[in-house]
Amino acid sequence: MEGGANGAAVTARAVTRRFGQGDTAVDALRGIDLEVGRGKLTAVMGQSGSGKSTLMHILAGLDQPTSGEVSIAGTELSHLGDNDLTKLRREHIGFVFQFFNLLPMLNAEENILLPLSIAGEKPDEAWFEDLLKKTGLADRRKHRPAELSGGQQQRVAIARALASRPTVVFADEPTGNLDSATSGEILTLMRASVDDYGQTTVMVTHDARAAAIADRILFLADGLIVKDMPRSDPREVIAAMDELSQ
Amino acid sequence: MTLVALRALWGRKLRTFLTGFAIVLGVATVTGTYILTDSIKDAFNSIFQTIYVGTDASITGLSAIDQNSTTNLPPFDESLLAKVKALPAVAAAVGGVGGEANLIDKNGKVISFGGAPHIGFSLDPTQARFNSIVLKHGNWPGANEVAIDTGTAAKKSIHPGDAIRVQGQGPALRVRVSGLFVFTSKGNIGGATLSAFNLATAQRLFGKQRKLDEIRVAHKSNYTEAQLLGEIRQILPPATKVRTGAQQAQEAGKETQNFVNFLQSFLLAFGGIALFVGSFVIANSLSITIAQRTREFATLRTIGASRRQIMRAVLVEATAIGVLASVIGLALGLLLAKGLFALFGALGFTLPNSGLLFQGRTVIVGLIVGILVTVVASLRPALRATRVPPIAAVREGTTLPPGRFARFRVLGSSVLAILGFLLLAIGLFVSGLSTTGVLLFMGVGALLVFFGVALFSSHLVIPLAGALGAPGARLGGLPGTLARENTQRNPQRTGSTAAALMIGLALVTLVAMLAAGIRNSFFSAVDKIWQTDYAVTAQNNFAPIPIQVGSSLKGVAGVKDVVGVRAGEARFVGGKHQLTGVGPGASRVFHLDWTQGSQAVLDSLGSNGAFTDKDFAKKHHLSVGSTVSLLVPGGQQRTFSIRGIFKPPAGGSPFAPLTIGSSTFDQLFNDPHDLFVFVTMQGGVSAANTRVLDQALETFPNAKVATREQFKQNQASGLTSVLNILYVLLALSVVVSLFGIVNTLVLTVFERTRELGMLRAIGMTRRQVRRMIRYESVITALIGAVIGIVLGIVLALLLIARVDFITVAWPIGTLFVFVLVALVAGLLAAILPARRAARLNVLEALQYE
Repeated sequence: MEGGANGAAVTARAVTRRFGQGDTAVDALRGIDLEVGRGKLTAVMGQSGSGKSTLMHILAGLDQPTSGEVSIAGTELSHLGDNDLTKLRREHIGFVFQFFNLLPMLNAEENILLPLSIAGEKPDEAWFEDLLKKTGLADRRKHRPAELSGGQQQRVAIARALASRPTVVFADEPTGNLDSATSGEILTLMRASVDDYGQTTVMVTHDARAAAIADRILFLADGLIVKDMPRSDPREVIAAMDELSQ
Repeated sequence: MTLVALRALWGRKLRTFLTGFAIVLGVATVTGTYILTDSIKDAFNSIFQTIYVGTDASITGLSAIDQNSTTNLPPFDESLLAKVKALPAVAAAVGGVGGEANLIDKNGKVISFGGAPHIGFSLDPTQARFNSIVLKHGNWPGANEVAIDTGTAAKKSIHPGDAIRVQGQGPALRVRVSGLFVFTSKGNIGGATLSAFNLATAQRLFGKQRKLDEIRVAHKSNYTEAQLLGEIRQILPPATKVRTGAQQAQEAGKETQNFVNFLQSFLLAFGGIALFVGSFVIANSLSITIAQRTREFATLRTIGASRRQIMRAVLVEATAIGVLASVIGLALGLLLAKGLFALFGALGFTLPNSGLLFQGRTVIVGLIVGILVTVVASLRPALRATRVPPIAAVREGTTLPPGRFARFRVLGSSVLAILGFLLLAIGLFVSGLSTTGVLLFMGVGALLVFFGVALFSSHLVIPLAGALGAPGARLGGLPGTLARENTQRNPQRTGSTAAALMIGLALVTLVAMLAAGIRNSFFSAVDKIWQTDYAVTAQNNFAPIPIQVGSSLKGVAGVKDVVGVRAGEARFVGGKHQLTGVGPGASRVFHLDWTQGSQAVLDSLGSNGAFTDKDFAKKHHLSVGSTVSLLVPGGQQRTFSIRGIFKPPAGGSPFAPLTIGSSTFDQLFNDPHDLFVFVTMQGGVSAANTRVLDQALETFPNAKVATREQFKQNQASGLTSVLNILYVLLALSVVVSLFGIVNTLVLTVFERTRELGMLRAIGMTRRQVRRMIRYESVITALIGAVIGIVLGIVLALLLIARVDFITVAWPIGTLFVFVLVALVAGLLAAILPARRAARLNVLEALQYE
């Protein structure tokens, strides 16, 4: 594989993103260089408007940078057509959304297996059972999203992201729509997925407690990475945030 | 993915149902039409087969003007029967006559069920093998007796032994009812009245003394059919022909087959219109659901679904809707066929029915058409769904990106509409096209016009909604204002919802305009040609009446002129044409616009004079002094010279291309009839004079007297019946579009759940919510009505410009009624969505996403 087993899962080089034109133009990203290490949980923090969501969208191939390059598992994204991007998503990318984005008409099991069935692949039974056990959904597998709590729905979403064992999982404010107790469970689960499966994960969040589970924390402000911290506890994260907002 | 698609449908049962209902109705129409017409055909077939079941050969008269004619054949001398019986191959033979026999009830009215025929025939009960009826009560008819079918007897409570009057050719005869019978075929003969007589009575009734219409023959068992036919041909006199029984059954059925085939195409056309409208409803509903599922599609894209898979999912959904709707449509079609039988009966066209026939072809065509229309209609929404970007999964309130061709919409829709009008114009005005060519040009043209206008209508929504919503906004307060703005905020959606209704209304407007135009030109033609005093016609206004009706009026006190307009068919100038005849006095009844000759021509046609109209004269190079050789069905040939040429008004005239003297006409035709009899009287129209005429016509119950105004209305009543049928059939497409409005509103309410919750939270009452939805619905319906009526008028003007006999007339009242219908349709469509909107729980609605 290009990029090698030890290479970065995701790399960004001189990425900028400008929205709009002329006087009303907004520079959401102003030159980002980044390597996301394999088997690590990377958190991207920042206040509203810092560009953290835009960065994630671009890293995940959902949006195109105005300039610069992004590659995932060694594949440069900017020249990919829609079909190649689709293929890339199937093989290398998993998503966890703030609002879960489950299909309401499918039950938990069907939702989890959807990426595999879309790709036309058969699930590995043992792996799937293990995944259900790990996410605590073994006795909820036949339930529809409407019959699940918010935390359970997010667990289904995480299991769905993990199902195809992608190169990288992007999580967009995974606890943004949950109460604090449930948030804790979800964060534990995400941490476990990194520890147990070695799942490379990029998480965008503004919650210090969420960031505190990460192996590395990037702080964004005004479209630039302003701080790059190793694993820290919540108090350190909050201190860093306060320092940056001064 | 297929699973996702099918589950998605299941999860939205109401929406799916509403979306598919348009197709259900269209397929039901197509299926119903096939079942109806197949059943009618089958019934007729079995009727004719039953009639000829024991007949090996049938001898009939032969029309000199048309070898293949099966109606109005000249009768032949009855002496032929004895000669046929004497042939070695003949086992049995029976001679018979038949004709129109009007049974007259106790009140002196002709017994009639809808427009069904009054069939009279002779019967020889000793020749059972030729007999297709079974006696149920009483006896077979003897001299001056009649047997009638049990159906008619039951409906009019007639019993054996009753005295009844019956009118054939000539004054009504008083006869005794000898018995009641049933037809052995499994089919009843629609609402027809059947009456059987013995041969002598029938001959007298139909004015065919010593004549026969038909001889039916059976051969001996040691002879073949071919031998029988060979022997008969040896003795066949001129102006007769012989066929096998099977051939005769088929020939006799031909005319009805043609009628049923016409009926089939006619009804299928309306099924097609309903499906066309349905395709708009489907396309629109799918577009809206897809817009609402943007996030779902985007999520599917982020987890690896390709555009092709999204496309396939939408198409699978559409196919499932199509299959489901078509199957339901098939079942509903069966009910519809039953309903149509009843409807045609109620509107005066009772049809024969021997049980409903559900053929394999019906199922296949119904399914294919239903599924195809749904899938084709879903193509554009499916394409749009593939354009949902994956990033929409993470964005709040993402809307669908405009289609690739959105910016060409104005141009494209205008081009489509203009191209459509161009094709229509080519079909209408370019001469030398075949009928198929004309229909193709006009059909494709109309389709393009509707498509173009439907696409363009989104650009008319904002101004139209502004104007049409103004009263609501003024009277309805805030809900009224919001309703107007709601129709304007997605003009494309409002436009395509209204477009479905637009098609139906354009078509009814077209029909109304044409009908008004025909009426108008017909009325002015009557006013121009005929000014005095009375007209006598058949009770049903169009059947020819025996000439004895006219002659019985001559000599009645106060009657000045009696001029019958004879009508028949003859062969001249190289073709079969209608022929009319008038007698002296015509110049005082008619006022014609002569280009050659004068009014005097009308009275002095004599034995060899004729007049013609301008167009026919021009086409066949006739002028005063030209001679025309005429061949009549009986085989006689006569030469006439043209004495005058007149220019008929746009609305037509009572005269055929050629008109001769009526006494000459009576010599040439052995069973002459008048289409109308016109009468002038001393003192003109008066109550007393009307009474005099009514009294004089007492022995002809099938004749009725009308003044000019009554005559005009009577003649137009046929048009009214046709108009009513057209309205009923077009109402179907209006109903389909109604479901389109319901669907759009329901989907819109789903979409605005949060907004509605907010409005309720800040104090809008349930009643105000309902009113808002209702106004929105009415505005949408009125937009469709306005565009449709304008388009219908434009199409009508185009057609009227082409067709000579229709003039422009404005059916203002009718158009106003259409607007009212649209308004009511809007109110009806809003019932369900308004209730749903008003029932929303405020708290839940606010949290809805």
